[in-house]
Formats: sequence, C-alpha cells, structure tokens
Amino acid sequence: MIFAKRLLGKANGLTGALLIGLVFCTALLGSVYTPHDPLKSDLLNRFAAASPAHPLGTDMFGRDILSRLMRGAWVSVSIGLGTLVIPVLLGTFLGAAAGFLRGWFDRLLIMVLDALMAFPGLLIALGLMAVIGPNRYGVILALSVAYLPAVTRVVRGAVLSVSQSEYVEASATMGNSRLYTLIVHVLPNCMAPLIVLTTMMFGWVLLAESALSFLGLGVPPPEPSWGNILAEAKAHLVRYPVLGLLPGLCISIALLGVNLLGDALRDELDPKSAPSKEVI
Amino acid sequence: MGNGTGTGPVLSIEDLEICFGSAPVVKSVNLSVAPGEILALVGESGSGKSMIGRAILGLLPGGGRVSRGRVAFRGHEMTGALPPRELRRLRGKEIGLVFQEPLSSLNPNMRIGEQMCEAMREHTDLNPAQIRDRALEMLRQVRLDDAERLLNRYPHEFSGGMRQRIMIASVMMLKPALLIADEPTTALDAVVQKEVLDIMAEVARANGTAIILISHDLAVVAAYAARIAVMDKGCLVEAGSAAAVLCRPQHPYTRKLLAAAQLGAPEPVKGAAGAPLLSLEGLQVEFAERRFFGLLGERRTQAVQDVSLTVQPGEFVGLAGESGSGKSTIGRAIGKLVTKAAGRIVFDGHDLGGCSAAEERRLRQRIRFVFQDPFSSLNPRMRIGRIVAEGLRHDRSLSADERRARAEDMLEAVGLPRAMAGRFPHALSGGQRQRVAIARALISRPDLIIADEPVSALDVTVQAQILALLKSLQREYGFACLFISHDLHIVEQLCARLYVLHKGRIMEQGETGTLFAAPRHPYTRRLMSASPRLESGPGGLQLAQVGPADAAQDGESAFFDATGGSEAPYRLAEAAPGHFVALRGAA
Repeated sequence: MIFAKRLLGKANGLTGALLIGLVFCTALLGSVYTPHDPLKSDLLNRFAAASPAHPLGTDMFGRDILSRLMRGAWVSVSIGLGTLVIPVLLGTFLGAAAGFLRGWFDRLLIMVLDALMAFPGLLIALGLMAVIGPNRYGVILALSVAYLPAVTRVVRGAVLSVSQSEYVEASATMGNSRLYTLIVHVLPNCMAPLIVLTTMMFGWVLLAESALSFLGLGVPPPEPSWGNILAEAKAHLVRYPVLGLLPGLCISIALLGVNLLGDALRDELDPKSAPSKEVI
Repeated sequence: MGNGTGTGPVLSIEDLEICFGSAPVVKSVNLSVAPGEILALVGESGSGKSMIGRAILGLLPGGGRVSRGRVAFRGHEMTGALPPRELRRLRGKEIGLVFQEPLSSLNPNMRIGEQMCEAMREHTDLNPAQIRDRALEMLRQVRLDDAERLLNRYPHEFSGGMRQRIMIASVMMLKPALLIADEPTTALDAVVQKEVLDIMAEVARANGTAIILISHDLAVVAAYAARIAVMDKGCLVEAGSAAAVLCRPQHPYTRKLLAAAQLGAPEPVKGAAGAPLLSLEGLQVEFAERRFFGLLGERRTQAVQDVSLTVQPGEFVGLAGESGSGKSTIGRAIGKLVTKAAGRIVFDGHDLGGCSAAEERRLRQRIRFVFQDPFSSLNPRMRIGRIVAEGLRHDRSLSADERRARAEDMLEAVGLPRAMAGRFPHALSGGQRQRVAIARALISRPDLIIADEPVSALDVTVQAQILALLKSLQREYGFACLFISHDLHIVEQLCARLYVLHKGRIMEQGETGTLFAAPRHPYTRRLMSASPRLESGPGGLQLAQVGPADAAQDGESAFFDATGGSEAPYRLAEAAPGHFVALRGAA
C-alpha cells in the first residue's frame, strides 16, 4: 500500500498510471459494452463527421469509430498482455538457468537463440502467422516466439554479471544451495533491466500487431484491433487523415503510459529509494 | 622548469566554502601551495578533501557549488566568472589531475599514444613528431620500458600500477604547474603504491610541478609531503610542515589519525596447541585458459603451487603477499569457490574432499568468510537484519523470531545499533558494512573465519576500529582466523604466525614476532618497506625504516626468487625453529 502510494506520488508514476488506467478501463468496457455494434456497417453513412450519435464519426463502411476503438482497445491490450506472459516467464527461466548453470546448456541455448535473433522478430512472426493462420491466439504465439530471445539474453546477461558479485560468493560460502542463491540473491538484482524491457515490449507488441494487421496477417477483419483499424485507414489517409490519427493516438497514449509507469516502477523497486523501516 | 611567476604561491585558497544544496561540505578552508611543493591533504572519506581538489578545477559534481571564498591559481580566479575557454586552457595545461581508479580513468577504446597526445594537441602547437617525442620521454621518465611499442597498446594490457604511471606520464606531459592527485594509489597494493608515488614525486621534482596529494593514509603521504593539511568533516583542522604535524600535532583529530596510523603494539592472537583446526597439504590451484576454443590446447597458469599451512584452534594466522601472489586464491580454494588441482584441505581432522557430501556440508558450516569489498559483499536488495540472519539459515531449530533476535544481538556485538536491522546496505558507511559482514560470518559461531583483505577498502581510522573489533570478538567467541592481506603491518597486529606468499609459493613463514625482527627473504623485506608505518622515535613520530635486503644468499644456498622464472627447484628450509625460508635447490 505504501509502495503504491509512493509510486503514485511521483509525477511520472502518476501520469503513467492514469494513462494506463484509462487504456485498461476502456479495454474492459469495450469488451462488454460499446455505444454501437463495432462490426455493423452502414453504407449510407460513410465517413460521417462527429455528431451526437457518432462522437468520433464513422469509417469507410459507416461503422462507429468510437465503438471500434473501444473494442479494438480490448483486442489490442489483451494481445499485448498475453504476449508478455510467455517471453517474460519462460525467458526469465531460461535466461536465469543459462546464466547460472553455464556449461553446455548455456552454450546450446545461446546458439539456438542467436539463430532466432538473426532473423528480425517480425519476420519470424510473419512466418509463424502464415502457418497458424490469422487469428488472435496465433498473433500472441507468434509474437511470443519473436520476443523470447531478447528477454532470455537480457536476463542471462544480468544474471552473469550479478553472479560475479561478492554477495553471491558469500552466499555460496554459507553453504546455501545454488537454487536458493539464484532465487534470493541473484534474480532480485536482475529485475531492473527486465522491467524496462517488459514495458518496452508491451509497446513493441502493440506496434507489431498493427504491422501484422497492416500486412493482413494480424487479427482478421472485421474484428477491430488498433492495428487493423490503422491498417484499414491507409487507403483513405489522404482524404480522411483522422481515420489513421485516432488509432495512432490510442497506441501512443498506451505506449507513453507504459513507459512512464515502467520508469517509475524501476526507480521505486531500487532499494536505494526505499525508506528504512526504522529511522535512526 | 615550469614557467613559474616569481616566488608567490601557485595556488591560494581563501575562506573556501562548498555547499551541496544548503549543506556545506567544506567550511572556510585556507590553503596555499608554493611552486614545486608537495602538499598532502589528509582526511577520512567524506571529509571534503576531494571536493577541494575538484573545486580548484571548477569540476564540482552536480549539485555542488562554491558558496563563499576564492580559489586563486597564479592570479586567475578559478571560482569567479572565468570564461569557459580560459578555464579549459588552465585545466590540463596548467593544472593536471590524477584520479584514484586507474582501471577506469583511461579510455579503454583508445591506444595509449592517442590518449597521451590528445591533451598536447589541444593545448600546444607542437607538430605530431614533437608530441610523440615528448610522450616517449615522459614514458621513460615514469620508468616504463619499451616506450615505442607501448604507445600502440591499449589500457587493458597493463596492470593497475602501470596504468597509473601512464596516467601520470600523460598528465605531466604538459608540465603543469600544479598536479592534483586524488588518492592516486589507494586502489593499488603496497609494493606498487610505493613505486608509483616514488615516480610521481620524482617526475614532479624534475618538472618543477607542485602536487596536492589527497589521501586518507597519513603514513603513506608523510614520506613525500613537505607540508601536511588535515581535514575533518569539511574543516581544515591542522596544517603545517610534515615534521611539525607528525611530531607536535595540535588538534585532537590529528592525534587520532596519527594514533590510527601507528596501530599500536601488536597483540597476536595465539591458538591452542594440539591438532590443527585447518591444515592445507600441498595445495595446488591452476587456471586453465583455453586457446582458440580449446583447439590449440590450454594455457595453464599456476596460481598456487604446493602450499602447506596450518591454523590452530583459536589462532590468527596471516597470509601476506602482493596482488597476484595467490593469497586470495588459497582462501577461495578453502571455500570451494575455485577448484583445487591437487592437495588436501583438512578441517578438524576430516579431509574436505574425501568425506561424504553431507559431512562436508556440516564441516563447511563451521567455516565462514569475510570479503574485502564491503560495498559488493552485501546484497543491495536485502535489509541488514535479513543479511545477518541468513548466516543462521541452516540452523533448523530456530524460529523466525529467534533468528531476528539473534541477528539484532549480533549487530549489537559488532557495535551497530539494533535498529540498523531495518536498513539497506547502501545507507551504511564502508566501516559499518564491514561490521555487518563480520556479524553475518560470526552469527553461527563458526570455528574458522577466512578474512580476505577485510580492512583494505577502509579508511585508516576505520581499519584500526575493525581490527580492534576482530580482536575483542575473538576473545568472546574464540574463533580461529586465516587473515589474508597485502599489508604486513596489519597482519602483524593480530596474527601469531605469518606466511609470506609470492607467485603462488610460500617465501617465508614463521612466528610474526621473529619474522618482523629478523626477516630473511628479500621479498619479505620488500613487502615490509612498501607499507610505511609511523613509529615513535627520539624526536617524536617518524617513519619506520626497514633495512635494505641482504645479499641474495642465506649461508650456502640462494634464496628462491619467483620473479626469475618459477621452474627453479624450490624448497623450504628451517632457518630457525619454526621459521622457514624458501631457498633454491633440492632439499
């Protein structure tokens, strides 16, 4: 509780939390309620300007943009969060194991990951999408595979450098098991780069999903995501730039919020900023 | 000679006050430095001595500012509104700076030559060939051989001492009128420290450069400085000629500092007779470096060669040598942090390599470690209480509350307040952290402590406190200790017996008292003269002198000298009862 209070007490923490809160609330709301059916087209009412019935106007099929953005928020955010789970959990596990065990496991894993990293992440995702076929879970799986090497390498690097510390040696000389040392002494000191990477990844995933949608391999239309709303807008961008600006703005707000919150979180988790339990 | 302007001071500081925020870290300091003079600025960490050095150059770290007073360098107001161009011209050309950390003060990406010439190009209009000649001359002045080849090499190819010499050479190239050396040798070990300081003083004398030598170690600078200024908590408490400050200290803080530098009479901790608690038999450790992925075979380096030593229960045994001598490796081999290539480690009658895993774990619980660097030996994400209590983790009979209580008791025993348990390591000073490390080691009441340079990262005054603490804790708990250090005088304080190590071999071993009274091996003498200590002489305090090494002969046989190739046959001969010296030749 005190932690949350201090996190929100900082300008970047508060701004980030507000923006993220806004995005998440919109996403949750969009999953159950939208002013109009986001899929229902109304060809007589294409490219309508903002009006009380359609606060943000309508798109090229006469669909309500606000409704589409709300439902799109749900789709995009759930893909973003879903994609973070596998790389962060599996990547931390693999990276920690490789960095701490060293030896053949480390060499083999790094070899495989380096091979994966040699391809641009998006290219791997593209290939996988072509196999799986465009659907939401395919996007999550493909992007997870694409981002796994980055997380693993970052965690492995941090574990390697922290393992050199004298306090890790001190733990070994106290007769602590290697697993205990890894969990208690090494991993907590590797969190800062992982948090930064995770927050950045959330942003990349939003963009990557829109890139996949742009190529027709993302969430299949008519189901809206911020990415494919943006992709659909490209044909009309010159005459109706607002069609592209609105989903772009949504993505930007989400990224800004995540980055601000991530920064604040990293600073706050640093013990140097924590107050003592007792003040002497 | 530097282009001196008469006989006035090179630098004069008047009523200087430096503030961080609203808190002054340096309060009304008055100092002056005459041309060619060496002034030592001595104080503990946090006394503000480095801030003065930085203020002179106008390089105060962010948040710091000169709030009062003036710094005048040859008539230039360094603190006033000097245009940045002018300030830059003075830095480097007229005032040089040598930092503490030679490992990070040279750019690892630049060749030595480029780095040395950089400042010359900036500040003079000599042509490249002239600059190169000047660089070569400077490298010879700091006694580096093969200067031509050296220019094309990178910093990582050199040891800390050589890098510091390169640093001095590149700073002195411009013949500055003033050199500010901020703890230039604190990161180096004793033998190298003496070398570097000798060279620095010599080069400065040759170029007519004045030096402000900033250090926490009064004994080290006393040999070089004409005048000594002592700082405490931002105030200049005493300044005067070296002899006057040493012999007739006026301020209580100076006396305290001098007392710490003397370390008092040695009080060796003798152990019980009988079977040894720890004995190493023919220990060997080697490091294998694989060449080209192992295809070209391995290059093996012998870090420890055939070392045998014993520690009696309750005894303090010293293990001394310069860095690279393998002394830390022995401690690490005992703690299984490196694997041994051969030899036996016998603890309390059990061979640590030859008993069952459970037995070995049980035995190892009775050995605990204290490391050198208190800043990296404590997990930054754990509170002190938890760090100390971790030493009890394997004692299953205790509840969490009992552990906490025991940890707080232990904190009190090492002289820290109980409330410290709630803090994180970064909030503690170096000395306090080392106390925490000692508490963590002692909380499980071990029989043996391996202390690897436990005080060398600390200020002199704090060193004395930690040594006294170890002594009193030993009386209370009765543990034995293998005390690893490069500083013979610190080892002398506590240890009943002493092993002197060089290039992985024991050079000399014996009772500390006899070894100090009559050191036989030249290497031991070198080590002794390298760490200067003050002692009371007829005219007050003076630097202790150690006679030069005898001839390289001891009776019939020559001393074993590891520097001349370690392949020569080696044996330890008993020079006096219990006093062994390394000789060349077969037994």
